[in-house]
Amino acid sequence: MDFTYDSEQNDLREAVAALLARAYGDSEVRRKVTKNDPGFDEKVWTQLAEMGLLGLPFAEEHGGMGAGPVEVAIVAEEIGRVLAPEPFIEAVVLAGGLVDAVGTDAQKGELLGALAGGTSVPAFAHAEIGARWTASASAVTATEAGGSWTLSGVKEPVPHGARADVLVVSAALPGGGTGLFVVNGDASGLNRTGYRNIDGTRSAKVRFEGTPATQLGTGGDQTDAIERALAVARIAYAHESVGAMDTALRTTTEYLKTRKQFGVTLNKFQALNFRAADMYVSLELARSIALWASVVQLSDGDVVTAADRARLLTSRTGRHIGKDAIQLHGGIGVTAEYKVGHYTARLTAIDHLLGDGDFAADRLAAKVGSYPTVDPLGAPYA
Amino acid sequence: MQLQLSPEMQAFREEMRTFFTTQVPQEIRDKVAARRHASKDDFVTTQQILNAAGLAVPHWPVEYGGRDWTPLQRHIWREEMQLAHVPEPLAFNTSMIGPVLAQFGNQEQKDRFLAKTANLDIWWCQGFSEPDAGSDLAGLRTTAVQDGDEWVVNGQKTWTTMGQYADWIFCLARTDPTAEKKQRGISMLVFPMDTPGVTLRPIELLDGGFEVNEVFFEDVRVPSENLIGEVNKGWDQAKFLLGNERVGIARVGGTKGMLALAKELARETTYNGRPLLEDARYSSRIAEIENELVALELTALRVVANSADGKPHPASSVLKLKGSVLQQEVTELIVDIAGPLSVASFAEEGSDVPDWARVSAPEYLNYRKVSIYGGSNEVQRVIISGTILGL
Repeated sequence: MDFTYDSEQNDLREAVAALLARAYGDSEVRRKVTKNDPGFDEKVWTQLAEMGLLGLPFAEEHGGMGAGPVEVAIVAEEIGRVLAPEPFIEAVVLAGGLVDAVGTDAQKGELLGALAGGTSVPAFAHAEIGARWTASASAVTATEAGGSWTLSGVKEPVPHGARADVLVVSAALPGGGTGLFVVNGDASGLNRTGYRNIDGTRSAKVRFEGTPATQLGTGGDQTDAIERALAVARIAYAHESVGAMDTALRTTTEYLKTRKQFGVTLNKFQALNFRAADMYVSLELARSIALWASVVQLSDGDVVTAADRARLLTSRTGRHIGKDAIQLHGGIGVTAEYKVGHYTARLTAIDHLLGDGDFAADRLAAKVGSYPTVDPLGAPYA
Repeated sequence: MQLQLSPEMQAFREEMRTFFTTQVPQEIRDKVAARRHASKDDFVTTQQILNAAGLAVPHWPVEYGGRDWTPLQRHIWREEMQLAHVPEPLAFNTSMIGPVLAQFGNQEQKDRFLAKTANLDIWWCQGFSEPDAGSDLAGLRTTAVQDGDEWVVNGQKTWTTMGQYADWIFCLARTDPTAEKKQRGISMLVFPMDTPGVTLRPIELLDGGFEVNEVFFEDVRVPSENLIGEVNKGWDQAKFLLGNERVGIARVGGTKGMLALAKELARETTYNGRPLLEDARYSSRIAEIENELVALELTALRVVANSADGKPHPASSVLKLKGSVLQQEVTELIVDIAGPLSVASFAEEGSDVPDWARVSAPEYLNYRKVSIYGGSNEVQRVIISGTILGL
């Protein structure tokens, strides 16, 4: 057992933190960037590509860096720390991760190479109105005719669906099951309506009307691959949450030390300090379980259950820290002009993107009777 | 980064597990597993078995029986002991006065006490808290006045856990009432509980048990050589001791065992014709507690990996705070599983209420103590907000 970062990992963290601090050290910059489409800074996206981060988890032969889940976790945490709006998890971990897991060698070379190079942003079009965080698709259906596939139906909300250069789409297969398809951004019969989310990022309604599509990989039911990709993305989001919670708490304690009321700084009030202490407890527990989930992934353990564990705790702690960060700031915490509320907004969005705490709790609850105790260092995690 | 324990640590864990489950009498472990209080003899028998195998005081200096283990080994040792329902070595001996004697005692005191303390030949109790000095320990008022070669002790201690079994007491007393700061002018004295002038009154707790006592001192004469460390520097020893008290206080292994029991009980208890374990409210309550317990265990492992020179990591306050809350949540869960049967706490022969349901409410009430002792959770919040967050 070893939960310490090695020197290369520490170097990576330092480099990513420096790049993102230059870009978003001033929270006003993020506010401006997220006001205009595509909701992130294309120049920063290029810088992430130049640093190799957009190909971080992919094999070198596909233009990647061949790094592992812990490196991805480090980047996600640093993104959360400054709320960088670039779609690292959505494009690299989720859409890219699916291509890497399911795609043919040719697809990996083409799609991952373009992603890693910063020339093409992929997105995963999966959510459907009426469905709640399932691994399957039903509202978009795939049809085969003469060896070619077309898709019909609506996906929404699709994170960064309007900006994406290429879409990985889940669709119900004619014979049952859920397949994965690749749709180019300029395909015919593709209609996209983008909008701004509560956290400043973007989503879209994506309508397919007999849209030509290519099977990702060799086709067939991909529900398991989707389940796994969602789990890996949940783990990455857990780290982004930890980074965001860390800054939310730090911002709050700084405020308590400087803001004066009744002639004294707020940290003279034990009622406020105690709430900050409880936020710290939540943060450290979340940090532990997020890191553990990444190491489970590294060990090729039960990544789906580990992700549910990380999601359950980061959902609960993210709400706790997000809400109390605003409360301890008072009215200014609710304004868009001060930074702390944006952290709460992002934590709220992450919480609902791929399944909330209750969703994860339900899945874990269904299994509690099947084993007496959990050994986080043993089977099925190690 | 690596998840699995190294092969050496896996073997170590196996060795501990095998020892605890085969060498400590089943009858004693069953009693602990059934949430019944272990007797004095149970504690002594167990600690002497552990001590003979070098497993009672592994954290002590090697020359007095310690093992020079890594923090991870100590963690595994403690967790496996709790999982196997082994009554732990008496904390007053092994975590409190023993390390203080090893650190602050003179050679004569070490030779006189340490071996017997490790083997529980001497049963120690703690004379710290007083009626007006709880969390504010430095407010203590028991006095010790020098008279020739002796100290004359007067005053009162309280919450003295298992004092009725104790042979000796380690006691904080005010030796310089004129000191400017109340933390100065305190000394640590040790003396036998049968010294003339020492009387003990057991305090009945809500669970019907007598685990704590009041101890009264009336002109108790203590030889000068029984003062530990320097005169008027007793606060240093007290801080050192309380720091050690928080190590291992997360009690992850013990809570895991209780939660496993709660699952079994929820499986055997039916509600509307179905096992309670299949009730969504119960299963998700178990899942939430279990998940926080996983996070707590991982945090404990992180703290263990980062604690240097035996000093507790500041985040050990997190372990105390969350660890105590989770222990309490599981005891509350078990009362709720017992439901209507939980009121029959003192049922005797002739009652059909199962034993686990009888003890559930007394234990739930007894466990309110865990967020109070060892520095109450509010004291931990003061430590976190002050020391860690700089507020």
